[in-house]
Amino acid sequence: MKWNQEELSREDLLSGKRPGQPTAILDSAQAAQQAKADEIVFKQHQDRRLDLAEVRTALAGKEGVAYWNSLEELCEDPAFTELMAKEFPSLPETTEGLDRRSFLKLMGASLAMAGLTACTRQPKELIVPYVRAPEEFIPGKSSYFATSMTLGGYAMGLLAESHMGRPTKLEGNELHPASLGATNAFAQASILGMYDPDRSQAVAHEGDPSTWQAFIDALGQQLTSQDATQGAGLRILTETVTSPSQAQLLTELLDKYPRAKWVQYEAINRDQAYQGAQVAFGEMVDTIYHFDRANVILALDADVLGEGPAHVRYARDFSTRRDVSGGSTDMNRLYVIESVPSITGASADHRLAMRSSDIERWMRALARAFGIDAPGPELSGAEQEWMSAIATDLREQGSKGVIVVGDRQPAVVHALAHAIHGVLGSAGDSLTYVEPVAARADVQTPALRELVEEMSDGSVELLLMLDTNPVLTVPGDIDFGDALQRVPFSAHLGLYKDETAALSSWHVPMAHYLEGWGDARAFDGTFSIIQPLIAPLYDGKTSQQILALLLGDTETTAHDLVRNYWREHGLSGSFDQDWRRALHDGLVADSAASAKRVQAQATFDAYEETSSDLEVVITPDSAVWDGRFANNAWLQEMPRSLSKLTWDNVVMIAPATAESLSLTNGDEVTVTVAGRSVTGPVWVQPGHAQNSISVQIGYGRTQAGQVGSEVGFDAYTLRSSVAPWFAVGASVQSTGGRHRLATTQMHGRMEGLKDRKLVRVGSLAQFLQNPEFAHEGVHDPAEDETLYPPYDYSQGYQWGMTIDLNRCIGCNACLVACQSENNIPVVGKDNAAMGRTMHWIRIDRYFAGDMDDPEIHHQPLTCMHCELAPCEPVCPVGATVHSADGLNQMVYNRCVGTRYCANNCPYKVRRFNFYQYADETTPQLKLMRNPNVTVRTRGVMEKCTYCIQRISEARIKAERDHRTIQDNDLKSACQQVCPTQAIAFGDINNPESEVSKRKAHSLNYALLGELNVRPRTTYLAKVNNPNQLLGSGEVA
Amino acid sequence: MATDSSNYQEEVLGQADVMLGPGQTFESIDRDITDIVLTNKPPKAWWIGLGIAGALMGVLMLSVVMLLFFGVGIWGINSPVGWGIAIVNMVWWIGIGHAGTLISAILFLFRQDWRTSINRFAEAMTLFAVSAAGLFPVLHLGRPWMVYWFFPYPNTLGMYPQFRSPLMWDVFAISAYATISALFWYIGMVPDLATMRDRAKLKIQKIIYGIFAVGWRGSATHWHRYEVAYLLFAGLATPLVVSVHSIVALDFAASVIPGWHTTIFPPYFVAGAVFSGFAMVLTLTIPLRKIYHLEHFITLRHIDNMSKIMLANGLIVFYGYLNEVFFGWYSAHEFEMYMIWNRMTGPYAWSFWALIFCNGVVPQLLWMRRIRRNTIAIFCIAIVINIGMWLERFVIVVTSLHRDFLPSSWGMYTPTGWDWALYAGSAGFFFFAMFLFLRWVPMISIFEVKEVVHKMEHKH
Repeated sequence: MKWNQEELSREDLLSGKRPGQPTAILDSAQAAQQAKADEIVFKQHQDRRLDLAEVRTALAGKEGVAYWNSLEELCEDPAFTELMAKEFPSLPETTEGLDRRSFLKLMGASLAMAGLTACTRQPKELIVPYVRAPEEFIPGKSSYFATSMTLGGYAMGLLAESHMGRPTKLEGNELHPASLGATNAFAQASILGMYDPDRSQAVAHEGDPSTWQAFIDALGQQLTSQDATQGAGLRILTETVTSPSQAQLLTELLDKYPRAKWVQYEAINRDQAYQGAQVAFGEMVDTIYHFDRANVILALDADVLGEGPAHVRYARDFSTRRDVSGGSTDMNRLYVIESVPSITGASADHRLAMRSSDIERWMRALARAFGIDAPGPELSGAEQEWMSAIATDLREQGSKGVIVVGDRQPAVVHALAHAIHGVLGSAGDSLTYVEPVAARADVQTPALRELVEEMSDGSVELLLMLDTNPVLTVPGDIDFGDALQRVPFSAHLGLYKDETAALSSWHVPMAHYLEGWGDARAFDGTFSIIQPLIAPLYDGKTSQQILALLLGDTETTAHDLVRNYWREHGLSGSFDQDWRRALHDGLVADSAASAKRVQAQATFDAYEETSSDLEVVITPDSAVWDGRFANNAWLQEMPRSLSKLTWDNVVMIAPATAESLSLTNGDEVTVTVAGRSVTGPVWVQPGHAQNSISVQIGYGRTQAGQVGSEVGFDAYTLRSSVAPWFAVGASVQSTGGRHRLATTQMHGRMEGLKDRKLVRVGSLAQFLQNPEFAHEGVHDPAEDETLYPPYDYSQGYQWGMTIDLNRCIGCNACLVACQSENNIPVVGKDNAAMGRTMHWIRIDRYFAGDMDDPEIHHQPLTCMHCELAPCEPVCPVGATVHSADGLNQMVYNRCVGTRYCANNCPYKVRRFNFYQYADETTPQLKLMRNPNVTVRTRGVMEKCTYCIQRISEARIKAERDHRTIQDNDLKSACQQVCPTQAIAFGDINNPESEVSKRKAHSLNYALLGELNVRPRTTYLAKVNNPNQLLGSGEVA
Repeated sequence: MATDSSNYQEEVLGQADVMLGPGQTFESIDRDITDIVLTNKPPKAWWIGLGIAGALMGVLMLSVVMLLFFGVGIWGINSPVGWGIAIVNMVWWIGIGHAGTLISAILFLFRQDWRTSINRFAEAMTLFAVSAAGLFPVLHLGRPWMVYWFFPYPNTLGMYPQFRSPLMWDVFAISAYATISALFWYIGMVPDLATMRDRAKLKIQKIIYGIFAVGWRGSATHWHRYEVAYLLFAGLATPLVVSVHSIVALDFAASVIPGWHTTIFPPYFVAGAVFSGFAMVLTLTIPLRKIYHLEHFITLRHIDNMSKIMLANGLIVFYGYLNEVFFGWYSAHEFEMYMIWNRMTGPYAWSFWALIFCNGVVPQLLWMRRIRRNTIAIFCIAIVINIGMWLERFVIVVTSLHRDFLPSSWGMYTPTGWDWALYAGSAGFFFFAMFLFLRWVPMISIFEVKEVVHKMEHKH
C-alpha cells in the first residue's frame, strides 16, 4: 500500500491517457447473448456504427456549413431521429416497430451518416511526456488505493489496483473489519460495473439530453416554491444510508425544510430484524456475531456466509474454526434450518430443509426448551429430534452458542433468538449488540407506503431519488411507477437510466464509487472512506452533491463535501494527518461501534397457525442481488453456487414437490400469490424445502442495459409490503411452455461417490481415529514408478496450490476475481448453455445422499498444473509446455486450436475461444483490463496460469532485493479474494510455505491421483463435525 | 470362356470365376472404355449427379466461409466435447480412402487379377476421400490460417512442431499416404493415357493426354520399367495402408480418456477402414456398372469378392467391439467400466446400438452367396456399413468425451446445421471429383484388363 494522492485530479491522472470520451453506446462488453444469428446482426450493427462525437464535430464545424446543409435537413427527418435513438440510447427513445418504409428511410439516413463520418478529419493528437510526472505514476507499475464499496448501505473496505490512473482490479483491505483482505463476487465484479458502457452518460430531462446546469436551474425554481412551504412537498428517497457526511447533509436539509421528509427504502432491508429487536429490547439494535468464538451456531433461514454486510468477515471467522489442518481439533458445529438451500446450508454439519413459514413454530419450541414463554404447538418427528439435540448442544455451550436468524424471518423469530441469547449469555462472548449502524435505523416499508400515498394524492411536489431504483424494487402491491408520474418534479440520481429514470422528469448520472468521494460505515460501525480512483467517466454526481445542491451549494466538490464533514465532525486533532491516515487505511481507526447493554424481556403472543398451503419464498439473488447488478455480465454468467445456473432466475422447487406437480427443469410455470403472478422456468433444487417454492428478485428488468434487460422474470411482483419475504397460499400452474436454462453443471452427483472419491469427506471422529482416512482405498502410483528420470526441481521455485475443502464455502468470489484479474471474457447465455463458459476456476458442486436432504459439497477446480500433464505431449505445435518452476504454461501466440489438449485433460479445466469472445472494440472495456495479461483471440485455448503475471511481478521484486519469494510476496487472485483462506499457493520447494505445510497434512489428496498425472493443485479433505444425537456421524 | 448365350448376365456371369464378360477383344476393350471419355455424351445420370455434387460444393464453400468468418463456435462442439463430427468425418473419409490402395497395392502383390477392373476407380476414390478427409483437420482448427505450423520448416521463430503429438504423426502419415496414392495412381495410368492419346480425335485431347502420357510408346523397355516401378510403388504403398489408419487410431489411443486409451485401436481401425473402404467402393461401383453398362468388366465375381473381404473385415471390427466391452469390464477400472456402461445405456446409446446393428448384424448377411451376388442387396448393405462406420467414429469421439472423469464436467454434444453442412459439403467435393474423374480419364485400367484377356485366352 502506498501513500495515495489525496486528490486524484482529472488532469493529473487522465491527461493524455484517456481515450476519446465514449459518447456512443457501444455494444455491450460481452456481446452477451450472441447467438449466431445475433452475431450477424451485431456485425452489421458494428459496420453501421457512428461516432456521435464526430458527428457533432462535423455538424458544428464551420468549414462544412454548405456541405452539411442537406444533413441538417436530414437531422430533422424522423427516420434519422429514430436511428439516433437506436445508436445512442441517451437520446429519446422510440418504441415504434420498424416497417419496411421506415427501414428504408433509416438505411438511407445511415448511409448518409456513414459518408459523413468518412469525410471527417481526425483531430490531431500529440503524444508528449509529462513535464511534471505525478507522484508514483510509473508506467507498468500498479499502485493501490484504499476505498470502500457499499452494498445495502454498509461498507466493505477495498484496495483498488490502479494502472496509469485506471482502476483495474479490486482487492480486500486487510485493515477493514468487513474484509480482512478478502472480498466477495459483487466487489470483484464492480470494476466491470464502473466501466459498463451502458451506464447513464448524460443528464436527461423527460428523456431528452440535457445539462447539469439546466438541472440546477430547474431544481432552483422548485426549491424557491418549497421555501415558502418549509418543504412540505419535498421528499427524498434513498436506500439505507450509513454515510455520516450524507446523513449530516440530510440533517441540515431537514433543518432547512422542516416539513420535508427523508424516506429510506432498501429492497433487501432489515425491517423484521429491527422489529424483532424492538419486541425483545424495546429498541433497535444491530447484532454482531463473533463466529470465531462460537462453538455451536444455529442459522435459521440465514445465509450468514453468503449474504449481509458482514458475510465476508463472518465466513473468515467461521472457517478459522473449521480448520483441523493446523493440528487443532476444536471445530465448531453449524446447524442450518432453511427453506432455500444456501451456501451456509451447504457448509453445515446438519442441515434441515424446512418451509420458511414453519420456522417460527420450530423456534417457539426451541425457546420453550430454554424456559421462555413462547406458546405454540409441540413438535414431533425429525423436528422434535432436531430441536432437542440443538437445545442440548446450545445449553452445553452456553455463551459459546449463537443463533442467527435470517432477515426474511418475522420479527418474533428474531425476538425469540434474542431471548435465547439472553438465557445463554451469548452477548459479550459470541455476539455483541450495538446501536444500529445506519444513520437512521427505521422500519422502511411502512414509510415507503406512506410516501407512495402522498405521491398519489399529489402532496409530493418535489421528489429526489438518490441512488435507488424504486420502480423496480418496491413490492408488487405498490405501484410506485404510477405514483411517480403524479409527482410534478421528480429527479433520479443513478448509475443507469433504469426503470425509475425512465419515469422521472429528471435523471442525473451518478458517480460510481470508484469515481466519487464518499464515506460509509461497515457492519460493525467502522467509518470507511470511499476514495475515487478515476475522475467520473461521464460527469457523474454523488448523492452528497445533490443534497448540497438542495442546500443551495452548487460549488463545493464531492471531495470537499466529504472532507469538510470530517474536518468539522469526524476527525479532531491534527486533521490533515488524520485525514491522510484515514485515506491511506480506508477507514477511521478504532471507530467500530461499542457494545450496548440490552436486556431481552419479551413476552410472546400466542402462535398463529400458518396454513400448510404451498409457500412462496422470495430471496435476494446471489448474482444480481436486488437487481442492481443485472447489467453486470460477469455476475450474470457466474454459475450460482447451488444451482450452477447462469443468465436466469428460476422458480425453485424441491424434487418431491416437482414430482407431485409433474414439473421438471425448464418447464414454464405461472406462480400466483394473492392475485399477483409471474411466469418463469422451474428449477428442481435438491435440498429445497418441500411444499415451498422460491423465486429470486432482481431479474425481468426492462431498463437494465444491454446485458441485463429481459433476463428472467420480475419476482418483485410476487412480493407484498406486508409479507415481503414469504407467503403461503401460492399456486403453480404449468403454462405448457419450455424455457432454455443455461447450467454449467448438468450432473450434480458424483455418480458413485464412493468409487470416484472426488470429494473426500469424513467426520471429525473419523479423522481423529484415522487421520489418513482420505487415502483409504485409493491407490496413487508412487513417484518412482517410471522409467524416466524426474525433472530436477531442486533449484529455484516449484509452484503448487492446495484447496481446503473444509474451508471452501462455494461463494464464487474466486471465480469472479479470476475473471477480473485474467481478462476472462463472458460468452453469453447461448454459449453458456452449450458448455462454453470461460471461467478459469470453476466450482464443482456435488450432492450426495438423498435428493430431498442431500449433503452438498463444493470443489473449486483450477488448472492442476500436472507434473505429467496429459495436455502437453498431445499439442502438435508445442503451445502448452512445462516451465522450470513446474507450471503448465499456455502459449497463446503459438496455439492453433486443435483442442486436443482440452480433450485429453482429465479435469476439463481448459477453456477454448470458440468465438471472438473478448470484446476488442469497446473503449471502456479496454481501460478496464489488466495490462499484464494478454487478451485472447478467437481460436486459442486458455486456462489458469497460477497468475503467472503475479509470479513474475513477485520475482522481479524479490530479485531486486536479492532474496527469494516468500509467501507474503505472492498471492494468486483466487487466493487473495478467498474469504475463508481455503486456497494456499506458493513455493512447494520451501518447506516453510503455507502450501508446503498444507500439502504435508494427512488430509491432503490428489484428485484423480490414480491417473499418475501428479497434479500440483491438491485438496484437503473435508471434515464434518456432526452431532452424535442426530445420526451416526459417519459420512456416506 | 466364350459362350453362345447372349444373356451372359445369367448364363455366364452367374458363374463364380468369370471376371470379364465374353467376347472381349483388345479392340473392344479399348473402345468400350475410352469411348466413355472421348466420344460418348455423358449419360443423363452423370449430369444429375454432377449437378447435385456441384450444389453440395456450394454448401461446402458457404460453410467454409462461415467457419472462417465466425470461428468453430458455429459448430456444436464445447467443453467437454472438443472434437465433434468434424473429426468423425475426417476418420470416416480416411477409412474410405483405404480400399483403393489396398486393392491396387496389396491385391497386386497377392496377384489377385480380379482387381484390374476396379483398381483405377478405387484408387481415384481413395485420392478424393483422402482429400475430403484432409479438409477437416485443417478446418477444425481454432486458427486454420496457422496450419503451416504443423510442418517442420525452418523459421525465424526457431520453433519446430512437437513430435510427441499424434496429430503431428497424422500430418506425416496422411500426407505420405496421399502422395504415394496419387503417384501410384498416376504411374498405373500412364499406359492408358497413351492409349487415350492415340485414340483421341481432337487435337486438344491429343495434346493433353500426350503430355500426361509422358512419351509412352509401349516399348519393351517401357513396359519393363513400368513393371518394376509399379511393383516398387505397390511395395511402398502397402505399409502405408496399415500405417495411416494406425496413426489416426493413435490420435485416440495415445490419450488418457476412457474409451480412447485402448491398445486395440490401431489394428481395429485398419480393419474398420478396409471395411468401410470396400463398402464405399461397392456403393459407387454398383450404380456405375449399371449406368455405363460395364457389367462385362465389373462382374458379379468382383462384387462377390469384395463382399467377402468386407465380411472378413466386418468380423474383425465386430471382434474389436466385443473386445472393448470385455476389457472395459475386465479392467475393473471404474472409469472404463462406466464408459462402456454409458455407451450402452447413456444418452448416446442409440448410436452404439445402431452401430452394432449396422456393423455387427447386417454384414452377417454376406455369408450367403445369394446375397453376395444380388447387386441391390449388396448396395443396401454397403450403404448400411457406410453409416455404421460413421457411427463407429461418432461413438468413439463423442461418447468417450462427453462423460470422462469428473461428472461436474460432463456435457452433451449436438451437431449444428453447420456441422452437417460441412459434412454434406465434403461429400459434395468427393462426388464432384469422382464425376470429373469419370469424364476425363479411363475409369477402368485398359491395359490391365487386356492382360486378363490375354491370360484367359492363353489358358485355353
